[in-house]
Amino acid sequence: MGRKLLLDKAHIEGIRYYDTYRSNGGYAAAEKALKSMGPEGVLEEVKKSGLRGRGGAGFPTGLKWSFIAKPEGVPRYLVCNADESEPGTFKDRYLMEFIPHLLIEGLLISSFALGANSAYIYIRGEYAWIPDILEQAIAEAKNKGWLGKNIMGTGFDLEIYVQRGAGAYICGEETALIESLEGKRGNPRIKPPFPAVKGLWMCPTVVNNVETLAAVVPIINIGGDEYIKYGTGKSTGTKLISACGNINKPGVYEIEMNISVEEFIYSDEYCGGIKNGKRLKACIPGGSSVPVLPANLLLKTAKGEARMMTYESLADGGFATGSMLGSGGFIVMDEDQCIVRNTLTFARFYHHESCGQCSPCREGTGWMKKVLQNIENGKGKMSDIDLLWDIQRKIEGNTICPLGDAAAWPVAAAIRHFRDEFEWHITHSDEALTRNFGLAHYADPLPVPEPAAV
Amino acid sequence: MAEEKKLFKVKIDNISVEVEPGTTILNAARKIGGDVVPPAMCYYSKLQGSGGKCRTCLVKVSKGSEADPRPMPKLVASCRTTVMDGMEVANITSPEVLEARKGVVEFLLLNHPLDCPVCDQAGECHLQDLSYEHGADSTRYEFKRRTFDKIDIGDKIKLHMTRCILCYRCVYTADQLTNKREHGILGRGDASEISTYISQSLDNDFIGNVIDVCPVGALTDQTFRFKNRVWFLKPVDAHRNCENEKCCGKTVLWMRGDEVFRVTARKDKYGEVEDFICDTCRFDKKEAKDWVIEGPRKIDRHSVISQGHYVNTVTPKDPLVEVLSGRQPKLLFDIHSESQVNRPDVDLSKIDGPAHSDDFKK
Repeated sequence: MGRKLLLDKAHIEGIRYYDTYRSNGGYAAAEKALKSMGPEGVLEEVKKSGLRGRGGAGFPTGLKWSFIAKPEGVPRYLVCNADESEPGTFKDRYLMEFIPHLLIEGLLISSFALGANSAYIYIRGEYAWIPDILEQAIAEAKNKGWLGKNIMGTGFDLEIYVQRGAGAYICGEETALIESLEGKRGNPRIKPPFPAVKGLWMCPTVVNNVETLAAVVPIINIGGDEYIKYGTGKSTGTKLISACGNINKPGVYEIEMNISVEEFIYSDEYCGGIKNGKRLKACIPGGSSVPVLPANLLLKTAKGEARMMTYESLADGGFATGSMLGSGGFIVMDEDQCIVRNTLTFARFYHHESCGQCSPCREGTGWMKKVLQNIENGKGKMSDIDLLWDIQRKIEGNTICPLGDAAAWPVAAAIRHFRDEFEWHITHSDEALTRNFGLAHYADPLPVPEPAAV
Repeated sequence: MAEEKKLFKVKIDNISVEVEPGTTILNAARKIGGDVVPPAMCYYSKLQGSGGKCRTCLVKVSKGSEADPRPMPKLVASCRTTVMDGMEVANITSPEVLEARKGVVEFLLLNHPLDCPVCDQAGECHLQDLSYEHGADSTRYEFKRRTFDKIDIGDKIKLHMTRCILCYRCVYTADQLTNKREHGILGRGDASEISTYISQSLDNDFIGNVIDVCPVGALTDQTFRFKNRVWFLKPVDAHRNCENEKCCGKTVLWMRGDEVFRVTARKDKYGEVEDFICDTCRFDKKEAKDWVIEGPRKIDRHSVISQGHYVNTVTPKDPLVEVLSGRQPKLLFDIHSESQVNRPDVDLSKIDGPAHSDDFKK
């Protein structure tokens, strides 16, 4: 069994409520942080832990916190990004639904470290039932003196507010989230200035993912030095992975970042193998925005090493042969799945979710969707593949926010690794309407280049 | 002695310029002028917060600054990126930038109807200029373009959303010039549109400026629509004492003969309004007697509007007269006396039928 830090008590009945949470060691970290560590101590511990943002980009959290501007007399804000809308990712939902107090404790400690007296949880509108759970937990915590004025006699004040989004993927982008929180249209801001300098209401703001904030609790509990012993290298600690697709046991798993992808998919502790004894064709290891990998590149890197469930190993080989850990939305596809159709689904999603502020993303996502629709419906032309490649290349990197990149990468990776499937869809357009391309050679072992002679 | 302001040295396409800290790359390039100025469709120097959206002004920063010489990883929007000391920027010298810009133009034109022949903006349309300079000659888009119905927002302004490139300039204009903004962006992605929430008319003394800031023909002047093509009109500078104290009263009248077809604000060479004018000046003062006419407006000779107005053209001087100090040049010989063919005394038009060698007999 892998060691757990976040979900170790998730199985306890009633952990959602304060009394059970408290009697199982809850708020011990908050007590420790507030009473004996001080804000600098907490920041130091988080820096030491090497915790990386769990929302997708993997930016070191301690570093992000240290960037926050601290002008006199200006309030600072902590915003919890619970706008988890990435297709394939549902880890934060689990965390908030079953152990809301873990998030609140994390928010309390983080706000204390940052000197923020107001914290906001921006939660996606589709999670309609979770704000009630969070608000109930906030009320309980407030009742017991963990929120409000002069928390536990330390003189630190904190209020946590829950704000519902209105159903926009783009509001998961931190500056769009801030705009939306201010009551405006959720358009990403142009950076700089970064939120750490001018964020919510033009005040210094830190935006962190739910899981990141929750992970602060075990870091304070066990200490940064101990936390580093979990995981490998720069991928410290544990990560929640929401596994879905053609696997026997879809769900949210907490993994220590030292297991291989193969183990994660096939071991009974996690995904339990591919459903119905089928073979693995492809996998999107980090939510819909990250490049898709065929089975052979997923299990082994281009160098022939086993691919591990870490930030570094999944990104090994760059975009040519690698992918990203992203937000941990692990989508597994078996041999019966069609990559073209899957790419179309994602393109349709990004077309629908583009905010329409900057032109490459506004126009390009719709164009890619329409071209992919043609290919999928048997009306594609060979030139369409190169056209798609060209469109995605002109979107990527030329937009205000990363949504443009996120829309371009899945298309780019699908064409890069599955070009023959696209071609088959075009040359066998009638057949493509009735059957899928199948596994083909996508699981064949790749030739590993010989290491250069010394 | 006043303290000297430290100026930042910037190199754009290998041309050095010194600008004040806080200047954007675009404005630094405008200081140099000429071809190194990136095109801008959404940025408007008079509107705060504008820019960064259309992505036509993308440039490559090949050296971040003197202190941190690393290049920026992505192309940046020059209208919203401020310069650093020692920054080196590549605009037209970078193939990557030109490629990206071509892509952006293609994206902007995807859903644009290209109805220039019937569009009132034709001739002064930024998108027209942009696609002429940076676009491809054909499109690869094979799908239906999005269309909208034309709507009247107020009795003076027509909104034709189909042509809109969503630059947000009109939104900023309404935000910053009028006391209450009544229109904005509805919807998202390529379905977003400029509109009022529930069909409202825009009614404010300064709302007419949205027509001037609109880079395309999405917002047009209803008092001028389909009256004339801009290049058949003569623009003249004019002014009047406007009762509205916020209005400068300095305008351009677009005239033919004595008739004033339309009134606009004065625009600089980047197509930006010099001073905003009020709606009374724009829509109601359509007679020459309302105005003090200053003289013809200077129009860039590359603009189609300057066709037929030979205001600033100069005929090259014939130096011969000066050289000969007034004398007529002396001919070496009279060509008619030498030539066997040229016979001015034979009038070809008076000969019946085709000319024959007999007709030239001496």
